[in-house]
Amino acid sequence: MRHLRRHHDMGGLDAGPVDHDHGGALAHDYAPWEKKVDAILRLLSSSGVMTVDELRRGIEELGPGIYDELSYYERWIASVTNILLEKGVIETDELGRRMAEIEAGWGHTP
Amino acid sequence: MAEAHGHDHAHPHQPDIEDAAPSHYQLMTEAVAGLLVEKGVFTADALRAMLEAIDAKSPADGARVVARAWADDAFRTRVLEDVNAAASELGIDAGSIPIRAVANAPGLHNLVVCTLCSCYPRLLIGLPPDWYKSRAYRSRAVREPRAVLREFGLELPTETVVRVHDSTADLRYLVLPERPAGSDSLDEDALAALVTRDCMIGTARPRAPA
Repeated sequence: MRHLRRHHDMGGLDAGPVDHDHGGALAHDYAPWEKKVDAILRLLSSSGVMTVDELRRGIEELGPGIYDELSYYERWIASVTNILLEKGVIETDELGRRMAEIEAGWGHTP
Repeated sequence: MAEAHGHDHAHPHQPDIEDAAPSHYQLMTEAVAGLLVEKGVFTADALRAMLEAIDAKSPADGARVVARAWADDAFRTRVLEDVNAAASELGIDAGSIPIRAVANAPGLHNLVVCTLCSCYPRLLIGLPPDWYKSRAYRSRAVREPRAVLREFGLELPTETVVRVHDSTADLRYLVLPERPAGSDSLDEDALAALVTRDCMIGTARPRAPA
């Protein structure tokens, strides 16, 4: 039986050198919004709204194009949002409205 | 920046300064957080507390566990049985996802990866380094670990057995490195200072005592 490998399943494939950070000298800080994504996932996970496995499933379902295009925490929030929409915890129109409101008010917060 | 050093993964964006336009996904993050608070899924205080908890986690907590294991054989046994429970003896909350300690020994070296995503003992040693999440590390660590370790500057004797552990959402790993030679007179704080993040992932050895 042929093993069908999905794009996230990269163990054992060829790849270039590991761009390690020489003990942290080149490490960047996580941006505040990236930590917020992590915090949201942990709170959703501890309250039983979604699991880490669902996060991973959501990331895998982004598809090869988007998977490679997005940064790490962009994949996370895209997955979290899709799963919250799928579960009916939030709705597409309210999400769109809220994003537009935040964008319109950006830089004007007191 | 990403093009300038020629590799294939996108770097997470740097923090926005106040007047920079937010990215689509940054807006999505703020909107989702706001909606979840509004709907009572969690409170704004809980979100703030979680952000502080994330900031408070660092490899230093894992280093304390390793140093105590070096100094105290009974504690080492408990670490090998249950890292989360052993960490809690030191007042460290390593969370509810089990962490398994894998001990290096003469002729045996352990290396941790997550080939499918980026599972990592975050609640014990903080957020993972970028390279841990990279395509290159995830792809190659399970196939040619010795070559990967060589890129990190760690050359293992050919007779050393290398065990690679692939993490999952439900089981994370912590490498328990060997206590460095010449560290007999050091107290636990000094021992902990020898324990780096990378030696708990398996891509380095502990620092040598000064």
